Amino acid sequence: MALPKAKQDLTEATLSALPAPFDGAWAKAAQDEARVRLAALGMPVRRDEYWKFTNPAAYTTEAAEFATSTDTLDVFDAAKPLTITFVDGVLDADASDDMMLEGVTIETLVDAADVDLHWAKGLYGVLENAANTAPAKDGAALYRSVPRPLAALNTAAARDGLVIRVSGAASRPIRISYRSNGGDAMIHHVIKVDEGASLTLLEEGTAGARSNVMLEVDIADKAAFHHLRMQEPVADRHTLTNTFARLGNESTFKSFGLTAQGVLTRNETIMELTGDDAVAHVAGACLGDGNVHHDDTVYITHDAVNCESRQVFKKVLRNGAVGVFQGKILVQPHAQKTDGYQISQSLLLDDDSQFLAKPELEIYADDVACSHGSTSGAIDEAALFYLRSRGVPHAEAINLLTLSFLAEALEEIDDEALAEMVQTRLEQWLRA
Amino acid sequence: MLSIKNLHVSLEEEDKQILKGVNLELEAGKVHAIMGPNGSGKSTLSYVLSGRDGYEVTEGEASLDGEDILEMEPEERAAAGLFLAFQYPVEIPGVGNMTFLRTAVNAQRKARGEEELSAGDFLKVVRAKAKDLKIDADMLKRPVNVGFSGGEKKRNEILQMAMLEPKMCILDETDSGLDVDAMKLVSQGVNALRDENRTFLVITHYQRLLDHIKPDVVHIMADGKIIKSGGPELALEVENNGYADLLAEMA
Repeated sequence: MALPKAKQDLTEATLSALPAPFDGAWAKAAQDEARVRLAALGMPVRRDEYWKFTNPAAYTTEAAEFATSTDTLDVFDAAKPLTITFVDGVLDADASDDMMLEGVTIETLVDAADVDLHWAKGLYGVLENAANTAPAKDGAALYRSVPRPLAALNTAAARDGLVIRVSGAASRPIRISYRSNGGDAMIHHVIKVDEGASLTLLEEGTAGARSNVMLEVDIADKAAFHHLRMQEPVADRHTLTNTFARLGNESTFKSFGLTAQGVLTRNETIMELTGDDAVAHVAGACLGDGNVHHDDTVYITHDAVNCESRQVFKKVLRNGAVGVFQGKILVQPHAQKTDGYQISQSLLLDDDSQFLAKPELEIYADDVACSHGSTSGAIDEAALFYLRSRGVPHAEAINLLTLSFLAEALEEIDDEALAEMVQTRLEQWLRA
Repeated sequence: MLSIKNLHVSLEEEDKQILKGVNLELEAGKVHAIMGPNGSGKSTLSYVLSGRDGYEVTEGEASLDGEDILEMEPEERAAAGLFLAFQYPVEIPGVGNMTFLRTAVNAQRKARGEEELSAGDFLKVVRAKAKDLKIDADMLKRPVNVGFSGGEKKRNEILQMAMLEPKMCILDETDSGLDVDAMKLVSQGVNALRDENRTFLVITHYQRLLDHIKPDVVHIMADGKIIKSGGPELALEVENNGYADLLAEMA
């Protein structure tokens, strides 16, 4: 089917500006295929349903001014992570630790792309492809493929990233630190967690003036993947992340993101629960003050029996900030005993800010427990007065109530030590 | 200590007058009680004095040690030494009781130009005072008032009072929702704070609380005014005869 003219023009312009693909055989093939996919999907425009609440133009047209770099990449220092640094999308070896970690093999995408028969071939662009080109019907299963062209763009155009294979219990977390001097970044990580293995991945910093960072995570049976992401208060960043995950039997995926400020942020999480008894949690907290647009888009497909999924998203918005939540749970006909939960809430600190929410449940199995809720609220005046009557000044009382509001999302972080690091940084950002 | 002169108060939202000329002089070191039928304006008086939104003072004044409090923000009144023990203490999920207490204590110290308490010093003080009120470590850790029973909430109010050491304490129906044992415990907490430099205004429906917290003066409030003041015997009179006789006397 032909694309609308505006979309077609944008897509052609984007394709013609793409860098040459990797040289290595498998990587070149994967990037060439993604190119074809992108041409078919077309670049996103505001009129697309999937981009109804967030204008994709800032990601797809010329970059905006970007003056700020970063100095706060130390949230997780106390966790003694193995740190790997990317500056404007390119690995900075000098600012990175040796890629040596027991139970884990870490390579760069650039290196892995040169290897003839690399396992990453089976994952790079594969989850993105599956989500972008799912058949409408496959046996009894039903799919509603949502076009995610910016993810296909990432597969086609990524210049670097990490290729991580986890075969045991990683002895310490891996931290990916992002920095930018004002360039754009297109980064693609693939992570495979083998049966029974586990990894904690930490991400912090600003990857580029405009960044498109993608994670493809394959979690085998009984494996666990924990993920924390800190998006710092850099005003003029345009941040896009796409996280694709596939979960095997009794596997665990838990992700939490804290975002402060940013003129444009969209975090997409697309998960397929393909093994029985899998657990998938994704949560986020956002502080937006002023010229901020923050979008969390989640799509979880239950494709197996007795799985649990949980989405908890909280946003505090003031001075015209806009928050978006699009969250979907799709339960396939055979995915009985599914336990799905979704909550998205905003705390609007004034009349100028807005929260746009599109919660969706699509259920074809008959023995499931799924619930969802979405609310927008103002500060609880009774609680505010209670705090002030005890001598807490107005601004600090608002801060306390903000922390109180966000607490449910932060409780999603399993590791207490990491949770405390996130909490400390949240309080710093709040009181800055 | 607290001086209230000809205080007239209306609701902001609707044109309804609640207080119609309240006069009260509360001396340092004394316990005053206010009793009165439902809707007489007792709770409104406590809210107006502590600075809650929604009320408009149309006439009169209120001052704490000579300082006009009606123009102050609620936190300024607190720093000046005013404390209201709420009839319905507010639940604040996600804020630990201890964090809340420490924030409040240090905010007041800061406002008064005093040094903030260190975490260690604060912990020592709060543990000792909590013990007297039978508040355990778990209650201190839990979010403010969340999941607390009625009695625990009121004990928590008294703990805040003990930590903040205000000079003017207003207790708004602190006995509501308390069983006999809890009332004893709360009263002991209040009595322990009685001091020649500290004044209490105890708002209650029942004489029972006043058996435990013995007042120096009892006021009867009706239709937005103090209609009668007297000694503790006035409370007994109300307990035995209700308000009907007093109201009839006024009519």
